[in-house]
Amino acid sequence: MPRRIVIGIRGVGHRVIDSVWRLGYASRFFLLTLLKSGTSFRRFGLIIRELYFTGVLSLVIIVVSGLFVGMVLGLQGYETLQRFGAESAVGTMVALSLVRELGPVVAALLFASRAGSAITAEIGLMKATDQLAAMEMMAVDPIARVVAPRFWAGVISMPLLAAMFSIIGVFGGYMVAVVLIGVDEGSFWSQMQDAVDFRYDIVNGIIKTCVFGVAVTAIAVFEGYDAAPTAEGVSGATTRTVVTSALAILGLDFVLTSVMFRGMS
Amino acid sequence: MQRTTMDLWVGVFVMAGIGALLLLALKVGNLGTYSSAASYTLTGSFENIGGLKVKAPVKGAGVVVGRVTDIQFNTKTYDAVVTLSIDNRYQFPKDTFASILTSGLLGEQYIGLAAGGDETALKNGDKIMKTNSAMVLEEMIGRFLFDKASENKKTDDDKSGNGD
Repeated sequence: MPRRIVIGIRGVGHRVIDSVWRLGYASRFFLLTLLKSGTSFRRFGLIIRELYFTGVLSLVIIVVSGLFVGMVLGLQGYETLQRFGAESAVGTMVALSLVRELGPVVAALLFASRAGSAITAEIGLMKATDQLAAMEMMAVDPIARVVAPRFWAGVISMPLLAAMFSIIGVFGGYMVAVVLIGVDEGSFWSQMQDAVDFRYDIVNGIIKTCVFGVAVTAIAVFEGYDAAPTAEGVSGATTRTVVTSALAILGLDFVLTSVMFRGMS
Repeated sequence: MQRTTMDLWVGVFVMAGIGALLLLALKVGNLGTYSSAASYTLTGSFENIGGLKVKAPVKGAGVVVGRVTDIQFNTKTYDAVVTLSIDNRYQFPKDTFASILTSGLLGEQYIGLAAGGDETALKNGDKIMKTNSAMVLEEMIGRFLFDKASENKKTDDDKSGNGD
């Protein structure tokens, strides 16, 4: 009996040490990526190539989901607000919820599952097929050549994608509320512009998307680089990227929101 | 894929993203409605500002002519000193009347300026002398009940007076 208890405690300790070790490894890997990103800025073509794969190819899913999220917000907002005779505030509701929360968070979740998983799978497969080892044999640093450009491409494209998500969402809300239902167009825009503050709402939203961009791509490149060099390892790493990114986005969002929007005057 | 096509698409992507940011700032946010460069400031003391907040609009005849930039409490006179920033295009005479109004029943509070007949206009840093405090609902109901009660008392007194 005592032996079983000892084994159980040892198991807990083993897991804690493993996860702390992995966290430290991930942080060191992140720092190393930052240190070695000079090459990718000197050869900007590398980042442009990755911008195409992470940014341009994510455009369709971002635009389409933004449109539908905005349209649903318009419908639901109208349903609730017209009970209080405040249907002209539907623009305010759509814009504030998109700019502050939904734009950054939903765009980051979509980005993690569309681009983050692709980055992990690509780097993981490069590792599984010994391409990274071959690069090292040729004295090419795989972190500088493979990891850093993907990281920076993700960091650059995330705020742009979220901004497009928000603006398309506002347009979707406009389509439903003004064109379909017939809320007054003037009060839709003027109440929105009255309520949405550039520094307080929009800049804070952009800061959020930058943080999410760094978090998602850092997790994606690390999981890919750390993947076990087998087919199973790559698939497991891809799953972990999506799950960890989603949790990181939602957790970070709560922390950022409580710092940014607490005690609004 | 050809390098030039890729460059083109990335260029389109980055420009669309920056365009979306600009649209957010100008069309959705309030950056487009600010004209902070050309404005002058006025102050006014109010007995009670109710729920007035910094950045509340200042309206003349319903048109937004400026914003509230600062609200302070004066410890000597025990009233609120409100600083207004008015667009330079709009000039108001010296005897302008400033009152705190509410848009709609539950709407936000704003300052309404009603122009007087004076020849000279208010200048930068001037103080608005004629002000009207915010309506506080509790005070209004209290006053109404008090009036009603004293009215009833008066009619009761009259009745008893007639009876004698």
